[in-house]
Amino acid sequence: MHKSKAKMLQLIVTLSACAFLFVPTILSVMAGVTANYFQGISSGLTLKWVFRVWELYADSIFLSLWLAIACLFCTLLIGLPAAYGLARHPGWLSRILEEFISLPLAVPGLALALALLQLYGSMKGFRASWTFILVGHVLYTLPFMVRSILAVLAAIDLKTLEEGAATLGASPWQRFRDIVVPNAMPGILAGALTVVTLSIGEFNLTWMLHTPYLKTLPVGLADSYASMRLEVASAYTLVFFVLIVPLLMAMQWASARAQRIAQ
Amino acid sequence: MSNRQFVLACLTPLFIFSLAFLALPLVRLFLASGEGENGWAIYLDILRKPRYLNTLWMTVLVSISVTFTALAISTTAGMFLSRNRFRGRGVLLSIMTLPLAFPGVVIGFLIILLGGRQGLINQITPGHVVFAYSVIGLFLGYLYFSIPRVLLTVMAAAEKLDPPLEEAARTLGASPYRVVIDVILPGLMPSLIAAGAIAFATAMGAFGTAFTLATNIDVLPMVIYTEFTLSANIAMASALSIVLGIVTWALLLIARSLSGTTVAAGG
Repeated sequence: MHKSKAKMLQLIVTLSACAFLFVPTILSVMAGVTANYFQGISSGLTLKWVFRVWELYADSIFLSLWLAIACLFCTLLIGLPAAYGLARHPGWLSRILEEFISLPLAVPGLALALALLQLYGSMKGFRASWTFILVGHVLYTLPFMVRSILAVLAAIDLKTLEEGAATLGASPWQRFRDIVVPNAMPGILAGALTVVTLSIGEFNLTWMLHTPYLKTLPVGLADSYASMRLEVASAYTLVFFVLIVPLLMAMQWASARAQRIAQ
Repeated sequence: MSNRQFVLACLTPLFIFSLAFLALPLVRLFLASGEGENGWAIYLDILRKPRYLNTLWMTVLVSISVTFTALAISTTAGMFLSRNRFRGRGVLLSIMTLPLAFPGVVIGFLIILLGGRQGLINQITPGHVVFAYSVIGLFLGYLYFSIPRVLLTVMAAAEKLDPPLEEAARTLGASPYRVVIDVILPGLMPSLIAAGAIAFATAMGAFGTAFTLATNIDVLPMVIYTEFTLSANIAMASALSIVLGIVTWALLLIARSLSGTTVAAGG
């Protein structure tokens, strides 16, 4: 009797938490497809708000997608060799470097943005271009890429594999291309999905770094929350959900897979 | 090219990038905090001027409440979900991890839909119940942000608990309540401290949610933002950023040393 009572309480807490997390999401989706939210669902369902969002914010959606791809490219270019270097050269120096590049995970985006603005804000050409936002996104997502690859590389016996290849006459570059990259693939995939998901949703840094002509999706969201009617804001949020939820699910699948391999 | 040279070449892009866009900007931020009219005494000003001190207290207070509430809810739900197998469990789990991908701005908006002027609560209850723009809204927004993150940490730790230990306690006559207090909670403790530190640090630094709710409650990130953009008090904005950064960084360091993993802070 006691036990079932405790279980009942647990169930109630779990269901309440679910309701707290899910009800507003549903409200947002519904408001995005309702003709007039204030009158309720009886005013009819419509896609006109979604089209309105497309007219108003298509640019910001494309900018976010473009930034995510560019960010992925940069984090791969910097992160993949770096993860290999850190895996091959473990020691206190590598530890410190890894700790240091992980700072953006802990230090709030606002503080990092202020730091970037004060050092590079006076370089007008750089400050006003999309690459300035890109730097922020790479800064924030790079640790995820490096750690994801590093976790997989640390689990395999890289040294033995490479020595084998070296005996057969493979150059360092050939070994990197033919041994390290294929073995690191699960980590690369998990890292890549994480980078894209985080880049598309990034707001704290981007809000400070963006210019009126360069609005990303989340910056556009903040803009619509402040100045558009509730239906448009909701429809825009709906568009964001459609983009981000499949990415999140793919990311969780890939991360679980990479973690299994790393164990 | 020798092996050693190749490995060093691999680390070079990372080194250059983090020097140019992380190390130097942070040094600049720190120097800027001392360039105000009061010089380095600005850090004392934070503690002396009521506006900043109250902000600091407010931020810590909200963050502590969020941390403990999130821990209570997520531990209960996490233990329940990892100990019971039933139909719909997967759905519940998906619902509770879905918000991981929501940035703070979106969560702010969801809270407005719940407790804003046109919000659900105001519509279904008699009278005028609007809480989104108050400290309650802020609290709920941060809670929304933290529940999924704490839940994942707790569930990962719950998988590693040793069920025979609980059985032994029960055989020895311990009540379910005592089993929770003496066996389950101590087993979960390192993860709970880690998850709590993460929740606290993210609540301290959360900007998006507070920004969307546009509250007139002074929390640290909002004050940094207004000092920088409206008052153009760059030294104070920098000093507060440094303080905030050190606090969140130290907390997450503790969290990581206890649990080995960190869930993406973000937001």
